[in-house]
Amino acid sequence: MSKTTSIRFKDTQIELAHGAGGKASRRLIEGLIAPILGNPALNDAALLSLDTSSLAFTTDSFVVRPLRFPGGSIGELAVNGTVNDLAVSGARPLALLSSLILEAGLAVETLQAELEAMQAAAQRAGVAVLGGDTKVVEHGRADGLYISTSGIGQVDSRVALSAKAVRPGDQILLSGPIGDHGITVLLARGELDLEADLKSDTRSVWPLVEALIEAAAPGLRWMRDPTRGGVATALNELARETQLALRLDEEAIPVREAVRGACEILGLDPLHIANEGQFIAIVSSEFAETALEAVQRSPGGQEAVLVGEVLEKPGGVVYTTNGYGSSRVVDMLVGDPLPRIC
Amino acid sequence: MKYVDEFRDPQLIEKAAAEIRRLAHPERRYRIMEVCGGHTHAIYRFGLQDLLPENLELIHGPGCPVCVLPMGRVDDGLKLAQNPQVTLTAFGDMMRVPGQMGSPLELKAKGADIRMVYSPLDALKLAEKNPDRQVVFFAIGFETTTPSTALTVLRAQKMGIENFTVFSNHVNIIPAMRAILDSPEIGLDGFIGPGHVSTVIGAAPYEAIAREYGRPVVVSGFEPLDLLQSLVMLLRQLNQGRAEVEIQYERAVSWEGNRAAQAVMAQVFELRPTFEWRGLGFIADSALKLRPAFAAWDAEVRFGVAGVRDTEPGAAQCGEVLRGLLKPPQCQLFGKACTPEHPLGALMVSSEGACAAYYNYHRGPVAAED
Repeated sequence: MSKTTSIRFKDTQIELAHGAGGKASRRLIEGLIAPILGNPALNDAALLSLDTSSLAFTTDSFVVRPLRFPGGSIGELAVNGTVNDLAVSGARPLALLSSLILEAGLAVETLQAELEAMQAAAQRAGVAVLGGDTKVVEHGRADGLYISTSGIGQVDSRVALSAKAVRPGDQILLSGPIGDHGITVLLARGELDLEADLKSDTRSVWPLVEALIEAAAPGLRWMRDPTRGGVATALNELARETQLALRLDEEAIPVREAVRGACEILGLDPLHIANEGQFIAIVSSEFAETALEAVQRSPGGQEAVLVGEVLEKPGGVVYTTNGYGSSRVVDMLVGDPLPRIC
Repeated sequence: MKYVDEFRDPQLIEKAAAEIRRLAHPERRYRIMEVCGGHTHAIYRFGLQDLLPENLELIHGPGCPVCVLPMGRVDDGLKLAQNPQVTLTAFGDMMRVPGQMGSPLELKAKGADIRMVYSPLDALKLAEKNPDRQVVFFAIGFETTTPSTALTVLRAQKMGIENFTVFSNHVNIIPAMRAILDSPEIGLDGFIGPGHVSTVIGAAPYEAIAREYGRPVVVSGFEPLDLLQSLVMLLRQLNQGRAEVEIQYERAVSWEGNRAAQAVMAQVFELRPTFEWRGLGFIADSALKLRPAFAAWDAEVRFGVAGVRDTEPGAAQCGEVLRGLLKPPQCQLFGKACTPEHPLGALMVSSEGACAAYYNYHRGPVAAED
C-alpha cells in the first residue's frame, strides 16, 4: 500500500523535534505517516465531495495500555471505534481524520506498526484516513502513543434513530458475546496472574448494521456500541432518556466462558465490561425476528441474540430477570471496575 | 462453567426456595445474619430475597473488610501516603473508601503515589523493582486475606527486601460475631457462616458460638443454591431447637481449615489488645499486628502512625446498618447524600457492602413499587 516518496524516515525513536513543525516533522509525516496511511496528500483539512443530505460526524480519543493486546492494538481501535460510532448512528463510514500524540522516546517501529494497523483497519472498514495532525510530548507525559480520530459518515436515509422513537414492547438485540475486549485488555496488562484464551472483539460493526438496516430499517429505533461502561451503561443512558424500563433476560446474554470465569474471579459484572466490536439495537417487535436473522446471516453476526425488551415500568430502570423468577437492577458503572478483595 | 452453573440451576433453586417456604412456620419470625459481605452481595445479585417468605429476614453482617475499617485507620494510611518517599499500595476495594482527607483515589489524583494491587505479592514486587521507594501495603481483611499478607512478609524477609512494609488492619471474624451477639438490641436466630474465611479457619471455631449463645451456624458457599440450602439447614435446626455448626460449603470448607495458612498467620501476626471497628466500637483481641520479630516490615513501627480518631460523618448510620439494626434504605443518607458515586460510608463503597449491594441491585423495582 505504501507509495514511494522522496523522503525516507530512518529514525528509530521519536524525539521532541519530530513534533516541532520543522524538518524532522516533515520527515515523520511525509516519510512514515502519509505513505502508510496510503494518502500522499495528507493535509490538515480534507475536502470531501458528498451528494447527500444527512451526515454524521463524530470524534473519539484512544488511550489504552498496553498498546497491543490479543486481537488488536490502539491503531485498530482508533479506526474501529470511530467507525462504530458512525455505524450506530445509522451512517455508512466514509472518511477519518486522525491526530497522533507521540511520547518522545517511542520506538518508531511501534509507531509504524500502529500506522499499519490503522491502515489495515481502515481498509477493512472501507474508509480512508484523509488527514490529521501529529504532536510530540516530552518523555513521561504520555503512555507512548495516543490517537484521536474523527469520522464522517453518510446517514442512511431509511433510518431515523432516536431514543424518542423507543416504545414499550420493542426488543433489545445484541450483536454478540460481551466483555471480550475489556477482559482481554485487563489480562494483557499482566498485573493479574490470570491467563485466558481470549481476544479483543475490535472490528467494524458497519457490515452487521448495514445488513440490519437493509432488512429492518422501518423497525430500527436506536443503536449504541457498548464500549466503556459496557452494555449496562449504554442501556442505562437509554432508560434515563426515555424513562422506560429495559428488561434483560440474564440467561440470554451471551458471555464467553473465559470472560465469565474472569468476571467471577475478579468480582466484575460482564455487563460493565467494555466491548469494541458489538452493538445494541432496539427494534420494534414486528421487525425483531427479521432483524435478528439478518444480523445472524452476516459474517461475524452468528452469535447475535435478542436479550430483552422495553417495558413501560419501572421507568428509567435497567434490570435483569432470571430463570427462577427473581430480578436485579443493573446500574451504570461507577468509576473503574475495581476487582474485589475476597 | 463447572462448579458454578450447577449451583445456579433454576429448577433446583425453585425447589430449595419452596422447601424454605414450607419450613418457615408462619407464626414465627426468623432473623438470620449472613456474616460475610460476599454473601450479602450474592443475595442481592441473584435476587434471592425475592424468593424468601416474608417472615424470614436476612440481616447483613459485618464481614466486609473495608466496611468495618474505622475512618481513622483510612486517614492513618493516607497520612503514610503523604510521605514523599512512600508508595502506598492497596486492594481495589480500598481505593474509593473515604477518610476525612478524601479517598485514596482522590489523594492519588492530587499526586500522592498510591497504587492498586491485586495481591500483597504485587506490592512486594513493586518494592523489589523500586529500591529507592518505601512501598507500604495497606493490608485489610479477615482471615481470608491475612495468610497472603503473612506469606508476603515471610518472603520479604527471605529475600531481604527492606523497603517493603505492611500497614496491618487485619481482623478476625469470631470476635466480631461475639460483639454482635453481645449487643442486646440485635435479636438473631442464627448465622449463615462466612465461606472464604472458613476455608482458612475451618468450621470448628464457630462451635463455641453455637454452644455459648445457643445459635446455629451454617457455613455457606456463595452461589444461589448454596445460600438457599444453608437457609434450609438453618430452618431445620431452628424448628428442631438445635444450635449446631454445620458445613453446607463442603466442597471448600473442612472442620479444621487450612492448617498451613493458620500456621503462617500465627508465625507472623499476634493479637492487638484492642482494635476499633466501624459501627461496633472497640473489640478486645479482634485484630492483628506484626510480631516484634517482623518489626522491620511493620509500617506502624517504621513510620509511626498518627492514630487518627475520626467521628463518623454527621447523619450517617453506618454503625446501625453494620449491626443489622437498620436496613440500608432506612439510613437517612441512603441514596441521597450517600451513593456509590459519592459514598460517605464504606458500606456504600465495597461491592460487598450492604448499602452498595442494596443500591446497585435492589433499589429500582422497589422504588417503582412505592
